[in-house]
Amino acid sequence: MTLSHFLILAAILFAIGIVGIFLNRKNLIIILMSIELMLLSVNINFIAFSHYLQDLAGQIFVFFVLVVAATESAIGLAIIVALFRNLKTIHVDDLDSLKG
Amino acid sequence: MEFRTFVFYFLAVILVYAGLRVVTLKNPVHAALHLILAFFSACGVWILLGAEFLAIALILVYVGAVMVLFLFVVMLLNVDLDRLREGFWSYLPLGSIVALLVVAEMGLVLFYVYSGVPESAVPPAGAGYSNVRELGRLLFTEYVYPFELVSAVLLVGIVAAVALTLRGKRKTKSVSPSQQVFVKARDRVRLVRMPAEKGD
Repeated sequence: MTLSHFLILAAILFAIGIVGIFLNRKNLIIILMSIELMLLSVNINFIAFSHYLQDLAGQIFVFFVLVVAATESAIGLAIIVALFRNLKTIHVDDLDSLKG
Repeated sequence: MEFRTFVFYFLAVILVYAGLRVVTLKNPVHAALHLILAFFSACGVWILLGAEFLAIALILVYVGAVMVLFLFVVMLLNVDLDRLREGFWSYLPLGSIVALLVVAEMGLVLFYVYSGVPESAVPPAGAGYSNVRELGRLLFTEYVYPFELVSAVLLVGIVAAVALTLRGKRKTKSVSPSQQVFVKARDRVRLVRMPAEKGD
């Protein structure tokens, strides 16, 4: 089993995350889940490199990525709840008050 | 094929399947449950790579906290699923082109440099080696400032989540200090002049 196995697995997961954002562009919750998938694939890359290069700094970085990802999803879900409370919808097409 | 490779392929297949189901399922609850499956399989992959502490942290933080939060939010929101699925597959060609390009770029860079690192190049861990101890030692000596910064990030996250979801109207009864300072006596007491009643 070589490093490439893990890199390929992480690349496939990252691609699934990107496709998920494109497919579910109207559903904010699934977009957040796709972002979690992409972060997971990045973490797999970090840990694979940390194992094969014998350097624990990669695992430290995964620790920080986990913290930031948890914070990000908590704030994202809070924004979704606040949006739904004010607009009664989380459909992306309805969120056009900034005319972007 | 040795057993370790078999375990890796087993976990990888489950991981990819769960990831695909997360992005294609209609019901967000099912998607969240498949995401839990994906995290669990990734935890297995991390243990194969010798990162035991992070694998446990993944289960505790993600499956235990973040996914429960996701499930709660999905249950709290009453979303119109059919409307969210309009034109679901129409962006698949564009999305897959972008994804394939990203993967090709990553592949070109990474596999060119790192394709020749075999498993045998990694020395096996000693008998007294503990991943948790080593990680903790590194975290509290060399990376102590980033560690404290990250706790500040968590604190900001907590405050932001509470501030975003706090109800606007206050439930408690309290007096506004400015009103209290600027109040005049005539706002409080109204003197009414009445003729005294005649006693019988």
